[in-house]
Amino acid sequence: MHSIWKTSIRFTVVTALLLGVAYPLVITGMATALFPRQAAGSLVLKDGKVIGSSLLAQSFTSDKYFHPRPSAAGNGYDPTSSGGSNLAQSNKTLVTRIQGDIDKLAAANPGKAVPIDMVTTSGSGLDPDITPDAAFYQVARVAKSRGMSEDGLHELVTRQVTGRQLGILGEPRVNVLELNLELDRAGISR
Amino acid sequence: MTTNGWLQFGLFSAILLACVRPVGAYMARVLEGQGTWLDPVLRPIERLIYRLSGVKSDEEMNWREYSFALLGFSAVSMLMTYAIERLQLLLPLWNPQKLAAVGPDLAWSTAASFTTNTNWQSYVPESTMSYLTQMVGLAYHNFGSAAVGLAVAVALIRGIKRTESKTIGNFWVDVTRSFLYILAPACILYALVLVWQGVPQNLHAYTAATGLEGTAQSIAQGPVASQEAIKMLGTNGGGFFNANSAHPFENPTPLANMIQMLSIFLIPAGLTYTLGRMTGSPGHGWAVLATMFLLFTVGFSVVYWAESHPHDLIHGAAQTGSLTAPAGNMEGKEVRFGIASTSLFATATTDASCGAVNGMHDSFTPLGGLVVLTNIMLGEVVFGGVGAGMYGILIFVVQAVFIAGLMVGRTPEYLGKKIEAYDVKMSMLYVLIFPLIILTLTAVFLLSPTIGLPSLNNAGPHGLSEILYAFTSAVGNNGSAFAGLNANTWWYNVVLGWAMLAGRFLMIVPVLALAGNLAMKKSVPPSPGTFPVNGAMFTVLLTGTILILGALTFFPALSLGPILEHLLLKSGQLF
Repeated sequence: MHSIWKTSIRFTVVTALLLGVAYPLVITGMATALFPRQAAGSLVLKDGKVIGSSLLAQSFTSDKYFHPRPSAAGNGYDPTSSGGSNLAQSNKTLVTRIQGDIDKLAAANPGKAVPIDMVTTSGSGLDPDITPDAAFYQVARVAKSRGMSEDGLHELVTRQVTGRQLGILGEPRVNVLELNLELDRAGISR
Repeated sequence: MTTNGWLQFGLFSAILLACVRPVGAYMARVLEGQGTWLDPVLRPIERLIYRLSGVKSDEEMNWREYSFALLGFSAVSMLMTYAIERLQLLLPLWNPQKLAAVGPDLAWSTAASFTTNTNWQSYVPESTMSYLTQMVGLAYHNFGSAAVGLAVAVALIRGIKRTESKTIGNFWVDVTRSFLYILAPACILYALVLVWQGVPQNLHAYTAATGLEGTAQSIAQGPVASQEAIKMLGTNGGGFFNANSAHPFENPTPLANMIQMLSIFLIPAGLTYTLGRMTGSPGHGWAVLATMFLLFTVGFSVVYWAESHPHDLIHGAAQTGSLTAPAGNMEGKEVRFGIASTSLFATATTDASCGAVNGMHDSFTPLGGLVVLTNIMLGEVVFGGVGAGMYGILIFVVQAVFIAGLMVGRTPEYLGKKIEAYDVKMSMLYVLIFPLIILTLTAVFLLSPTIGLPSLNNAGPHGLSEILYAFTSAVGNNGSAFAGLNANTWWYNVVLGWAMLAGRFLMIVPVLALAGNLAMKKSVPPSPGTFPVNGAMFTVLLTGTILILGALTFFPALSLGPILEHLLLKSGQLF
């Protein structure tokens, strides 16, 4: 019995140093050398300042930007408190919330069905993407606010659509932060 | 449902099935102590580990010694994790956010959770656990508990294979070889692929960012990729972040997602070939694989079908889908994965005892939720956890052979071993402990308005499902959740901790006892009356046994939860 405890302790210490310390440090070293941008969190810089990560949603509310999906992470888009609403399909709160958001969007944009991803919170609360339909749905509002032509903006959005990876995996999508940065750039160059 | 969704399922299945043989054959070599092409690098490390920990690698153990070594290792490593959590603020290393000490009840449930391969998480990791705790306290157990699972599986396979033997292997050797030759090399490669796809890997403090509209964000990061790799490959499932594999930092692209889903099933599927190879009955291994794959396919089809359906009570939204937008239930799901990949992930993670999620199960449709819950209730044997799925399904195999024996009135035999009263008792013990603990604890918490019910996030039958899911996930060592339930209370933490330990070790010990008993038996040559354990007939019998023993036990509870919720929702009732 005594030797089992002794072996257990020694074995735990040795393997914890190997797999709990050496392994993640080796990976950190290799990752930083091979893929420095990804290893540091895919940060996006503008004028030398970090404005976010291209992998994480951030809040956009003004009419001149495309909006991400609603977020249940903390008080919204909080990377220190990621997560979904966890509301059940049978929960009154969920149905009321979704229907309320649909009615608000529909009032500003009558005649078009609201893309379902624009009124549902994602699993992470940090979903950086919206569906192409959800981006096209917002074109009229953004174009009006920026005084751009709808056709021109439609084209810009189309260029920002990422197709299925390797042609088959996942779903087509538009990264909201990258789209908005592109939008600002197009505004400057005009 | 879309053609592309089914193509993704087809691609997943094709790659998985193509990997079974090479992975299984390699694991058989490793676990039988034969040489591998990694020997020149790894043999010296292996010998060093034995020397430093005082392991006599050529000594064989009987099932009792094997059990004691397993329990000793688990107890010591669990205590280490508890200590690190409690002391993380005082320890000088890798806590750039200065996160406070974890409270005693949460530290207990988390230590139990990671030791048992469950990875149930009552906390928000990015605001609770320091990098040191994540690396040494949690990710280390992702290796440890997976290796323990592999050790028990191979010990049971040895029990089946050996004749008139008192011993079933050496626990320390089985764990060390699993670490060095299977888990670690795969994870190094895997982690780097994840970083390439966008998973962070650093030890920096969180980055302060000011968004385009001026909103501040604190971007939580850390050594994510190294933990992510073993979290998936070891069917652990404990997220570096609260949102788990739904978080873009854990699972940034559809390709990363496909690799994560494959890595859940890779080792458990390969073990079916290892079983066939080590026992010299390849047909038996394939029949076990066929059973698993059948149950998996049915599960995926139902989840995908259910989640593709629009919500009847929501009007004015495009829920039917198009080429550029997915249809159906997108609450709690990510756009890059859509309905198909989320349904596939959810099925795989609950079939195996992984428990990672790339979408929130709590917001699934009632029927989608019914399937993922039922997957766990089947006993985590549809591929199942690393090792745990193999020894779990072998218990059902013993039951199936026993039932077949009763039907034809002969003493049942399994791969040349007579299955006698002691073997059936041990396997029944395994089968009975599982629902007994789950249903008892669920009932107690449901009936308690002070400790059970205040944690609920949803009312009505879905509330019952939240509590039922929590205890099923804990005892099944799965770790996924209907995560609306606030489990970070003293009662839930303490009781879930015990439930996870019971669901792991009260089931491992009967398995090792069975292994020891089988190893001592003489081999009997097959006769015309021997029930064959390969072929379609056996697959049907085994599937039936799993469904009857697993699912029927829980049917009354399920009918009060997801089934009732579905019927009421269809009639327009909300809660």
